Amino acid sequence: MATEHGVMGASINLSTPEHQPDDAKGGPTTMSLRIDEAQLARHRSRRNLEQATVLWVLRAAALISILTTIGIVAVLVSQSVGFFQEEVCVLNEGEPIKSCEPGVNGTIQRVGIWDFLTGTKWAPLFKPYRDLGQSFGVIPLLTGTFLVAAVAGVVSLGLGIGAAIYLSEYAPESVRRVIKPVLEVLAGIPTVVYGYFALLTVGPALRFIIGDDNLGTFSALSAGLVMGIMIMPMVTTLSEDAMISVPRSLRDAAYALGATRFEVATKVVVPAALSGIVSSFILAVSRAVGETMIVYLAAGGRPNLTFNPLEAVQAMTAFIVNVALGDTPHGEIEYYTIFVVGLLLFIVTLVMNIMGRLVVQRFRQKYE
Amino acid sequence: MAIQTQRNTRKTYRLARDNVFAALFFGSVVVGVLVLAWLLIEVFVDSIGWLDWQFLTSYSSRYPDQAGILAPIAGTFWVIILTALMTVPVGIATAVYLEEFAPENRVTRLVQLNISNLAGVPSVVYGLLGLAIFVQYLFDGQRSLLAGALTLSLLVMPIVIIASQEAIRAVPPSYRDAAYAMGATRWQVVKMVVLPQAIPSMMSGIILAMSRAIGETAPILVVSSLVFITYVPTSPFDRFTVLPLQIVSWVSQPQDDFRHIAAAAIVILLIMLLTMNAAAIYIRAKFQRRAEY
Repeated sequence: MATEHGVMGASINLSTPEHQPDDAKGGPTTMSLRIDEAQLARHRSRRNLEQATVLWVLRAAALISILTTIGIVAVLVSQSVGFFQEEVCVLNEGEPIKSCEPGVNGTIQRVGIWDFLTGTKWAPLFKPYRDLGQSFGVIPLLTGTFLVAAVAGVVSLGLGIGAAIYLSEYAPESVRRVIKPVLEVLAGIPTVVYGYFALLTVGPALRFIIGDDNLGTFSALSAGLVMGIMIMPMVTTLSEDAMISVPRSLRDAAYALGATRFEVATKVVVPAALSGIVSSFILAVSRAVGETMIVYLAAGGRPNLTFNPLEAVQAMTAFIVNVALGDTPHGEIEYYTIFVVGLLLFIVTLVMNIMGRLVVQRFRQKYE
Repeated sequence: MAIQTQRNTRKTYRLARDNVFAALFFGSVVVGVLVLAWLLIEVFVDSIGWLDWQFLTSYSSRYPDQAGILAPIAGTFWVIILTALMTVPVGIATAVYLEEFAPENRVTRLVQLNISNLAGVPSVVYGLLGLAIFVQYLFDGQRSLLAGALTLSLLVMPIVIIASQEAIRAVPPSYRDAAYAMGATRWQVVKMVVLPQAIPSMMSGIILAMSRAIGETAPILVVSSLVFITYVPTSPFDRFTVLPLQIVSWVSQPQDDFRHIAAAAIVILLIMLLTMNAAAIYIRAKFQRRAEY
């Protein structure tokens, strides 16, 4: 302990200005090695206090991200509970949509969780049509979301992996260095700009190609194509990272057997990097599911249970924005619907993100 | 002989296939780049003739030729400054805690996992959080600048934390060891060695996060709703609009002229993003040169 004090005392004396560091050079005054125990103790306790305070401040900051998660879950769950406690007039099976009268063509009931998850009609009709039969089957919103995401997935998978293979197996370093940032720009463009592009540029272009009769102003196809371009850089970057980390020796072995670049890419590199590629795809599709502005502007605003990408559909996110814009009064069932749809969206994307991570952890090929 | 010919055909086929696919793989890169070019050209061409001084200095209007983006530009600056003021200190503090102070245990791993999960939560869900907690609960139904900025700062927080963590990790351990060897406490090491080294690269990550916040539309749309604003907000409790919201409301208009002012507003938005990204790249490049030295 004594030696430790000595060393620390010396170093402090040398570095604090009031001890005139000139002394050290100035001559035979070896004052700098004098140990002032009291001062040292004061200094240390101040230092330790500072460190303890800082530690608490930092812990509090880290707590905020935990609180955010708790906040998200608490808000979504509590408002969803509110949703499932509201009583509404639900039209009986097979009744045409018209004014819902309890006992005549409908019944007053709560929306069951099962009805919500499996119902095929989403008609949370708002004021002033409140007395029309409301129906809260979320399936059309789910299919709408996944229809757009599927188109986006196909586009981003094809283009993204193609580009990743090109960048990791074919492109010379100089080309790579130019192209990668350019593709990253695609990921940095705000989604509202893509919405504009999908609605006003890609939509009309598609109508020009396949005919006005086959495609309306809004379609899952135009939204999905543009979204595919948006998430392509994500697939490319993550897949390329996985491909690059495949060891050089595996490629060399294949080349030594006379394989072409294509054979090396498809038979050696892609299989070895498969976990990373699959994970990048899952994460990108999860991004597509959670994306809002493209589907809000270009996919349409009416729930539609269909698997035809040429039709207009409403995605979960688009529904949330739609209702939020309507200035719905707090406490009505319409207000709760956006939270229950939000909860579903949160769970779907969370599961996909976890899957994306697990795929990498579970199936990663280990070399050496 | 037959085997030889067969081998040759096989070889020709394999080489041909190799070339075809080389073209296809390159083609997918080209498609990405071309679409980017198409998008940018489309936006710029649409905005020609509409982007002028009057556009920058007027408030929104029912008549496209009189409409401008003064209110959304002011709103965007307000929101981004408020967001940065809240996000940057908390984000950096969290990163410092996780990298330099946190013990390696289950809790720390949970916090880290939580942050990467938060980064994957759809932005519209943050809008719902902001609507319920900030607008309804904290401000009693009042949709304000502050509510919007609080929402956005929670949204970009994970990005700021992750970028700051990477910057901290890039500081060579030997620097820390040298300081510890002189008897410095953890906080002294962080304050005098780690942060000064890491701040330039943190800055570029933070600027990128803020540029993400500028372009975010969905959460602000949910928290603030579309409103017709003809004033420059003067306090954090005013109602506001931002550039992306203005673009949404113009894109949704059926008249063709609104498409042009939407494009003009997009050009302004892209210029702001470009400036911020250029700043981030500049800072990073400058920092790297110093690090090499």
